[in-house]
This record gives sequence, structure tokens and C-alpha cells, in this order.
Amino acid sequence: MAEPLLELEGITKRFPGVTALDNVSLAVFPGEVVGLIGENGAGKSTLMNILGGVHQASAGKIRIAGREAAIRSVADALALGIGFIHQELNVLDNLDIAANCFLGREPLWGGPLRLINLARIHSDTETHLRRVGLDFSPRTPLRELSQAQQQLVEIAKALSQNARVLIMDEPSSCLTLSETGRLLATVKELRAQGVSVIYISHRLAEVEQCADRVVVLRDGQNAGALRREEINHGNMVRLMVGRDLKDLYVTGKGSQQQDYFLVRGLRTAAYPHRQLSFSVARGEILGFAGLVGAGRSEMAQAIFGVDRPLGGEVLLDGLPVPINSARDAIAAGIYLIPEDRRHFGLVTSMTVRENITLPGLRALAYLGLVRRGREAELAERQVSALKVKTPGIETRAMNLSGGNQQKVVLAKWLALQPNVLFFDEPTRGIDVGAKAEIYRLMRTLADNGVAIIMISSDMEEVMGVSDRIAVMHEGAITGFLDRAEFTEEAIMHLAVGKTAAA
Amino acid sequence: MKKELGIFVLLLVLCIVVSVLNPRFLSAANLQNTSRLIGMYGIFSLGLGAVIITGGIELSVGSVFALQGVMLAIMLREWHWPWALAALAIVLGSMALGALHGLLITKARLQPFIVTLCGLLFYRGLARFIAKDETKGFAEEPCGLLRDMASYKLGGENGVPMPFVLLCVIAALMWVALHRSVYGRYLFAVGRNEAAARYSGINSRLLIASAYVLCMALAGIAGIIIAFYTNSIAPDSHGSFYELYGIAAAVLGGCSLSGGEGSVIGIVIGTALLQVLQNLVNLLGIPSSLNFAVMGAVILIGVLADQLFGQGRAANKEGARLK
Repeated sequence: MAEPLLELEGITKRFPGVTALDNVSLAVFPGEVVGLIGENGAGKSTLMNILGGVHQASAGKIRIAGREAAIRSVADALALGIGFIHQELNVLDNLDIAANCFLGREPLWGGPLRLINLARIHSDTETHLRRVGLDFSPRTPLRELSQAQQQLVEIAKALSQNARVLIMDEPSSCLTLSETGRLLATVKELRAQGVSVIYISHRLAEVEQCADRVVVLRDGQNAGALRREEINHGNMVRLMVGRDLKDLYVTGKGSQQQDYFLVRGLRTAAYPHRQLSFSVARGEILGFAGLVGAGRSEMAQAIFGVDRPLGGEVLLDGLPVPINSARDAIAAGIYLIPEDRRHFGLVTSMTVRENITLPGLRALAYLGLVRRGREAELAERQVSALKVKTPGIETRAMNLSGGNQQKVVLAKWLALQPNVLFFDEPTRGIDVGAKAEIYRLMRTLADNGVAIIMISSDMEEVMGVSDRIAVMHEGAITGFLDRAEFTEEAIMHLAVGKTAAA
Repeated sequence: MKKELGIFVLLLVLCIVVSVLNPRFLSAANLQNTSRLIGMYGIFSLGLGAVIITGGIELSVGSVFALQGVMLAIMLREWHWPWALAALAIVLGSMALGALHGLLITKARLQPFIVTLCGLLFYRGLARFIAKDETKGFAEEPCGLLRDMASYKLGGENGVPMPFVLLCVIAALMWVALHRSVYGRYLFAVGRNEAAARYSGINSRLLIASAYVLCMALAGIAGIIIAFYTNSIAPDSHGSFYELYGIAAAVLGGCSLSGGEGSVIGIVIGTALLQVLQNLVNLLGIPSSLNFAVMGAVILIGVLADQLFGQGRAANKEGARLK
């Protein structure tokens, strides 16, 4: 067995009032992909932040190629060959690709004048862009790229820094299916070149595909490891959660009133030449699948009223609902749980109580003044009904984990008796345990008569949770699938634009 | 609560230090004058605070005072309007300006800094033009209750000056509006995250525009008091820099210039702090040319101290979140 490239031994990290890591060890050998998994709050980010130089460990040793090393800053980590690709991208969208790639390391000429060597910076960048399969000129301003494409630039940047160990934190969360495939191919290519990758992801299927070994963290401690042949969904979940998770997906009781929620001829600003029509029954979960950019979020935002639709009508229980703003949709009991919960779903600096009561505050007020007692009561009720893990209702939303933040967003709308609920990527960035809870909540809501529309790019999730699937491509619905017809091939077929042929 | 406690303690310490160094600080005349000034500045600082909470800024307040002073003098002395009508016209006119700012900021999507900076320049120019660059005054004109707003003392000769009384009333109303009402909660939400507020069904544009109207309404009331306090309105300098006092008071009082934070009590204490500082400069014989220097230094120290203590609090929170 070769000598480990990187060794973390007995790492402990204490913050005031909490021990985030307790005696954690991790070894990475050259040319291998290590999957690092664990629930939210298990300590994965903290451990990687220590390796990346963002934090310093309270105790423990780090060894690089056998020699003890001190990583006191991000610069130290980079110098030791450790590259970190964060979940939240650190890109400068006012500059172009080449500038971002070589930030701080620009090739210069002209001696003391220190002018940027444009020819070299562009050709060097191009080499690395080809390695990640990004087909853009290095002169492209970064803001013209999608989030997924910007992430690939980040990866190219790390590669250009000749990292020997690459830490990837939830790299596929904003990528389409094909882009994820390319990413995993790049990961395999890096491995072949002797670069090691620490791959952190909640998408266990991806970890299964690319990892040589899996290391599991739970509650800040090592919770086990899996060799190549032991890596499968069941084993990973068992080690992460500490117990066997019963079926992730729950089947429903069935639906009534087929045309409870009817959308006819909807035209969005993003796709003005397409018309959308679909119906959802009471108690039904209609999944919306499709590639990133197919227009699903735009559809939901148009129906919810935050973006004005250009045409079409919405009918609830046979009655037309005119929607000119979010207030109209909310008055009709149509609510949206948005894709980006931190920017659109919550006011993160406000408390759990304030977030839960925000849309329905008028109802809790008397003569315009908020009744604190009733407000707190409502918030407490929702927190316990949804089992939100929080020290209290006065905790700021920013201090909760992703899964619990999502529950607060849900609680906000459940307090108002929904008729129709739109979920846009409901479990993005949420661990398996919390996912199961959210699926259960969705099913319970459906069984209680709510019509649910779920937009998801996670194939497994869409097939597991939905009763029916609508597939979109470039602003139009290319087909509907019943439960019996759910296959990845059928969905992909429709998602790339081929309408349901024979 | 911690922020307000901090500057309140600072205010107390300052008062004690000044009284020890020059007991004239505690004389009736001095206390009355200082509290009159606190009242005057506090009223419009509260309005500025509301705008800052929405994440905006209002730079034209000082120039609006000049315009108000000029118009008030003309209405009372040249057009001989009844005082009540003149006062109403001033307040409503100011609110109309606020609505204009609100419209430009929410519908035309211009940055508040730009819109109100242009206002600062435009209204000052307008005031000078209307007054033909002459200093205006009220002479012996009967102005009904308006003079009293600035000079009357509640409780006799040694009583509380009217501007301070008005401040207390307005501050109480603002406290209820900002910290206990639905409107106030929405204001904070919109200031912190306008998109999330919209996604919760709040009409963020109307709310932001209303903050500017509210600010100008309070500026209208304050403007009348200021006009009679100074009693002579030089259109090129009346009200100059007053908006900076308001912004400083709001920031000292806990308002964040990026929006979503602030408290009425904090703004009042911040105003008091600034006026006591000014008083301190006078009473301690510090050359009045250093007036602005002293204020600038203290504001900087105050905000710096809050930032450093704030970082300590944030580190604890970071630790709590990760587990």
C-alpha cells in the first residue's frame, strides 16, 4: 500500500459552546477518490475547512506525504497542493473566465511594469477549460455563464493550480444530468493522473459511481468506512443515520377530483411563444422533470405571481383565479416553496417565529398591531408539527441547518391552509434523514387534499415521490407519464425534446 | 437591546463627564436648549431611520428644510395665509416630494443615493431661486401656534421645551409603528431581503415608497420648528448638512446602512448623543472649529466599537450553527 498523500489524525475542533469535531481521522492516498458523507451537521464542512486553511484545528495533526504540516491559511493549503471547490462559488462575475482562473497568479511581462500577458493567460485557460469540457472563449465575461458553468470554471481554476488533492463540496448541486456526467468523468480522469479527490455529496448515487472508498461522519465523529465492494445505497445510509431507514418514499392514498387545479395556455416571459396546460387532482403529487433551463421554475413563478404571466388562465376548483401578483396567488391558497431558500424563501436574519408568521401577519394583528402571544403560539405549533430542530422560535433562521430551514419555509405556508403547493427543488442540499421527513410531509399534505406540484432535477426523487410526471423542454411540456411508465429513459427522452412517440 | 444599552451608557458617561468638568451643563437654560435641539433633530432622524431600515437613504432633507423655510416665510408674510393652512401645505408638500422619490426609486429602479443626491442639489437651487437669494424671516408676523412649536415650554418658564415634547410623542408613535405593527415588521423584512418579502406576498414597492413619504412628513414637522428656531432663513445655507446628523444618529442608534436593522430608542439616544457632544464642545471651551472633527471622531469610534463587539457575538453564533 502506497504512502498516504494526506493524513488527518485525531482532529478535534471546538467552538464556543460546541464541539464540532471529535478525534476524527482521514487518510487519502494518491490517485483515489474518497467519498465523504454524513448528515447535515455531521462535521464534513468543518473538517474540510480545516484542511483548506479556513479554520485551525483545536487538536490533532495533519501530515502531507508523511511530513507534519501546519495549515494556517488558505494560502498555506494551496501551497501544499490542496484545492477547495466550495459549494457556494467564489467567482468574480465582473471579470472574464481567464481573469478568474488566474486570479492572483497572472502571467506577467514587462519586468517592473507587471503587465498581464494576455496571450498566455488565454491559451493557458483554454487548456484547462477543455479538461472540464467547457466550450467557451476565455474572454467570456463570467456573468454570461450559468451557475453550473461558473462552477466548471472554478474546477478548472483548481486544476490549473496543480492541486494534488481536490476537495469538492456538493459539486453537482447546480449541474444538469449531462454536466454531472462530465464532472464525474473529469473526476475519474484526475484520478488516472494521480490527483486525489475528496468528494462530498448528498447524492449518494454519484458517490457510488465514482468513489474508491467512502468515509462516513456522524455527529462530529468517525462513523465507519466502506471499501469499494461495500459501497451501496443501503450501507451508506445505515452508517450515516445510524439505523436502517425504512422506505424513503411513501405511496399515497390516491387522488380525487381530477381537475381541481387547472392551468390553461400559460405563457411566461421567459418563453413567450410556448403555452403550458396541465391539471393536478386533489391529493396528487405531479412531478415536473426536465433539464436545467427547461422553464419549470419560470412556470411556477408565473403561476405564483412573482413574475407576471403573459397570458393564460388558472382555475381552482372550477373557478378562475386572476393572478397579477403573489398576493393574489396567496389569497387563493396557492403557495410556492422556492428553489433558493436562503434568498427567496426566508429572511435569514429574522427569527424562526418572524419567518413563519410573515405571509399571514395581518391575520395575527389587531388594528394593525401584531399580537405577540398569538404569533408565538402559532410558531410553536408549526415547529413541533414539523419537528423543526431549533433551540427555540427566537433563533435566527440563518443558524439552522439546510433541512430545518426548508421546514421553516414549509411551516410558513402550512400555517395558511394551502390548496396548491409548488415545491421547487425541495431537497437540494439536504441530507438523507431530513429528505425522508420532507417526503413524508409532502405525502401527508397530499393525503389531506392538497394538490402538490414538485419540480426536481433529481431523477430518483422525481420517480420516487410523484404520482404522475410532466416533462418539460425549452418552455413546453413534452409529455406526461403515469406511474407505470416511470423510467429514466422515458423521462430523458422527453427531456431532450422528443415528444412522446410510440 | 445590547446596542441601545451600549450607547445609552455612553450618553450617561458623557453627561457625567461634562457636568463634572463644567457644572453649567446642568443649568436649566442649558438643559432646555439641549433638549430643544434633541427634539428638533430627533424628529427628522426618526424619519431617516425608517428609510435606512428599508435599505435606502435620504440625502435631500437639509435642502428640503431650506425650501420649506423659504416657502413658509413667503406663505405667512407675503401671501398672508392662515398659519394652519401654511403648516399643512408644508407637510403635504414635503410628503409629495417623498412620494416622488419613492416613485423614482421603486418604479424607475434608480438608486436612492442618486435620487436623493439630485434632490439635495435641486431643492437647494429651487429655494435660492424662489427667495431670489434673499434671507427670509418672520419678523412680527402672527404665526399662531407655529412659533410656539419651537419656543413654548411645557410647565412654565422652567419647563420642557415643546420640540422635545413633540419628539417624545412622535417617538412613541414610531416605536409602536416600527416594532409592534404589521407595517413595521414588513419594513424590516423588505429592508433585509426584498425578494423574500415579495415571495411572501408583501408589496415591497409600496412599502419602500411609503418610507420616503413618512420621512418627508416628519421632515415637514421638523422643518417648521427649525424655521422658527433659527428665525432667519438664508436659502444658501439653511439646513445644510442636517441630513448627515440624521444619518449619524440612525447609525449610532443601530441602523445598518444595508437595511433590515434599527430601533426607535436607538435613534433617539443617537440624536441625544450628538447634541450632547456638540454641547460638550461649547461648554469645555474647545474651539468650535473642531466641532465637526469631534463629532466625526466619536461616530467613528462608536461604530468601530460596535463592529468589534459584534464580531465576538458572531463567532459564538457560528460555533452554535455548526453543531
